[in-house]
Amino acid sequence: MAMTRDEVYAKVQGVLVDALGVDAEEVTPDATLREDLGAESIDFLDIVFRLEKAFTTDPAKPFKIPRGELFPDDLPTLMADERYIKDGKITPEGIAELKKRMPFSDFTEFDKNPTLEGSSSLLTVNTVVNYMMSKFG
Amino acid sequence: MRWIWIDKFVEFTSKTSAIAVKNISLAEEHLHDLHPAFPIMPHSLIIEGMAQTSGILVGEARNFSEKVILAKIGKATFHRLVRPGETIYYFAKIEQLSEDGASISGTVRTGRDESSPLVAEIELMFSHIDKNLAGTAFPEHNFVFTEQFTELLKTYRSSGDIPL
Repeated sequence: MAMTRDEVYAKVQGVLVDALGVDAEEVTPDATLREDLGAESIDFLDIVFRLEKAFTTDPAKPFKIPRGELFPDDLPTLMADERYIKDGKITPEGIAELKKRMPFSDFTEFDKNPTLEGSSSLLTVNTVVNYMMSKFG
Repeated sequence: MRWIWIDKFVEFTSKTSAIAVKNISLAEEHLHDLHPAFPIMPHSLIIEGMAQTSGILVGEARNFSEKVILAKIGKATFHRLVRPGETIYYFAKIEQLSEDGASISGTVRTGRDESSPLVAEIELMFSHIDKNLAGTAFPEHNFVFTEQFTELLKTYRSSGDIPL
């Protein structure tokens, strides 16, 4: 049965609270996983594991997130490609590639200033909720 | 001194769970570091014992082909102290296993039975570092699973009375 956005949001919030050791109040829709919630690289694997567990209703048919589908795992290699980054700014080709890899992210802010540092702001709580809604909504 | 904080496996179900035992001895130097007049098994070494029990479980699940390292201690709650002369049992269970790593949940108890008094509840995450640290090169050989760890599993699998 399809879940509402509120139901999905509540589960995602619970997962992020457990995985990142933050308070529920800090987990707002626009909060970035890295800067606002302090996620480090190993935390992303923990988030995937906890999401899989939280959204599995039948242990015989566990919910699995295919590798790299929620959090692209080859971004560092991608961003080292000189077609995609020039003088610290991401090229139009790079932005297009990022949008292809991260269809659940909101690029509104990033489009205004597409830098490497800015790219970590593409992973927000909403990104995770959008992804989970595509599976359960 | 060998850095091994479990003495043997008493149960091992591949890809699922394992139980290991640790006998705490007054002769162990680390027990005297924390409170010199009151030797106890340090909590950090209880976590290490769980990491070794579950690390071998996770490693064996993929035939020791991955370099499994402890990446995160999700939870470590302690309910009682452990003193020399006691025996503790590590109960480890694989919760999630993927190409990138694994998560385990575990309890430490004073007896072999799961209803025995609880010493600690520990949740750990392991990373398969060859798959996870994009671009970083690690030595070819599996430096994680040295003989002292693989021997533990061999001993369990061939355990029985040793004739004099």
